[in-house]
Amino acid sequence: MSSDVDNSRRRFLTAATTVVGGAGVVAVAVPFLASWNPSARAKSAGAPVEANISKLEAGQQIIVKWQGKPVWIVRRDDEALATLSKIEPELRDVMSDESIQPAYAKNEHRSIKPEYLVVVGICTHLGCSPTYRPEITADWMGGFFCPCHGSKFDFAGRVFKGVPAPTNLVIPPHKFAAENVVLIGEDGEA
Amino acid sequence: MSKENNLMGWIDARFPLTKMWEDHLSKYYAPKNFNFWYFFGSLALLVLVLQIVTGIFLTMHYKPDGAMAFASVEYIMRDVDWGWLLRYMHSTGASAFFVVVYLHMFRGLMYGSYQRPRELLWLFGMLIFLALMAEAFMGYLLPWGQMSYWGAQVIISLFGAIPVIGDDITLWIRGDFVISDATLNRFFALHVIAVPLILVMLVVMHVLALHEVGSNNPDGVEIKKNKDENGIPVDGIPFHPYYSVKDIVGVVVFLILFSVVVFFMPEMNGYFLEYANFEPANPFKTPEHIAPVWYFTPFYAILRAVPDKLMGVIGMFSAIIVLFLLPWFDRGKVHSIRYRSNAFKYLLIMFCISFVALGYLGAIPATEGRTWAARLFTLGYFGYFFGLWFISKNENTKPVPERVTS
Repeated sequence: MSSDVDNSRRRFLTAATTVVGGAGVVAVAVPFLASWNPSARAKSAGAPVEANISKLEAGQQIIVKWQGKPVWIVRRDDEALATLSKIEPELRDVMSDESIQPAYAKNEHRSIKPEYLVVVGICTHLGCSPTYRPEITADWMGGFFCPCHGSKFDFAGRVFKGVPAPTNLVIPPHKFAAENVVLIGEDGEA
Repeated sequence: MSKENNLMGWIDARFPLTKMWEDHLSKYYAPKNFNFWYFFGSLALLVLVLQIVTGIFLTMHYKPDGAMAFASVEYIMRDVDWGWLLRYMHSTGASAFFVVVYLHMFRGLMYGSYQRPRELLWLFGMLIFLALMAEAFMGYLLPWGQMSYWGAQVIISLFGAIPVIGDDITLWIRGDFVISDATLNRFFALHVIAVPLILVMLVVMHVLALHEVGSNNPDGVEIKKNKDENGIPVDGIPFHPYYSVKDIVGVVVFLILFSVVVFFMPEMNGYFLEYANFEPANPFKTPEHIAPVWYFTPFYAILRAVPDKLMGVIGMFSAIIVLFLLPWFDRGKVHSIRYRSNAFKYLLIMFCISFVALGYLGAIPATEGRTWAARLFTLGYFGYFFGLWFISKNENTKPVPERVTS
């Protein structure tokens, strides 16, 4: 009886069953794993939001919620804008080559209008929300400071050297829907 | 034959009840020289049961909903009869679990309980440690306070350091663009069902592995090498009643200390329950100083000590991985610190100082000087493993006795 066993046939059937069964397991795992993706409702909450900046005075910051994230709109005064070129040697990614921003905001002031910075207020290190520190002192040129791990950013959200954050703060797609209305989440022309 | 024997006989023919009782308790022979350090295994089991029971009762009042979670915890604290006790037992139990487990692991380091033939036992233990950290981390999100929120934000962002796919993974874990209701809900499911199930299964495997190879002891001598005519180790005594009774003493002392914390200092000056967590989660404002709960701070200090994001994350996870690999870093044949070289003792002291110092540094805000200190102690932490590998090959050990000393 045992001499009749066709071992290669048995091995082939075992392997084939394993492969088919394994494919089934993988296929069944997909719905479970995919259920963790952002739901349709979470995605729709990512719709563009409007912010009225007519009351925003020089030096002030407002926070708008977009995709559940804090988005800052900062109106920079001339003094703040003047710091941008001065501190370039201390920055890690001066030209924002490795950072995320729409093409129209890839410039020295990282914005459409130099005066208004629109930036996602989440540190590129580990996701804390940095604090706005506009006061310029002898050893601080103004900008944003992350309390969690000490990352520093200038008035354009550009990261300093020697801090844990790897890249500049993210600039979201945005446009000026009117003179004093910023639409966050939708691209405009430069 | 008494009725009980008949009943037992009936059961034993259908289920190995007597066999299991004997294999794991009344005829499991443990070395007779266990000392203080051998309390912590059974205490860990006690805390696990405590966490499961208090946890089940907390879920009866808690709401895993971003809009209701914080208020439901306040509700448990103020309006539910004895709710404050259930919650403080659970929150203190989390810290107690890590106290007990860290001491249990330290015992293993001292007496070489991870060495051959107990490598798998150690690996199961390390998996328990890993599952415990996941359990504690996800549980900490549930009160939905400021520290819950930003702690989870930081830890989940760690996965963002993975090149290329990192951002997609963090989005997938959160189920939203930020920590949100979706994240809270899935963490609740994992915290109350998935991870506890895995933990219990791992504990069973840990105990089975222990009872297969037999317990180590403070002398690091294998008692199975020396058996009497009945095949029973001469230096072994049955776990029950000898160690079950001894462990009850440990349980009583533990419960006294545990009660002191639960009733008089449940927040433990902000180390067990952090002050920022008494404020509801606010996605727009990070607290001025964020730090994980004390049991994560050594690893957090390593993360902060490295100035590069990806390298910091790798450093932190490596600190866990080297612990997994400990049985292979240690090339020594002598188990117990009692008979190992002075070099081993110095290394172990260095490791303990580094671990405690990192824990302290991880709990306080970083300054430049402290970051350098954290770097030094990070070297001390990893230095233990590489130092051990180096010295254990030709170690200057003392002669190991044939039998356990009393």
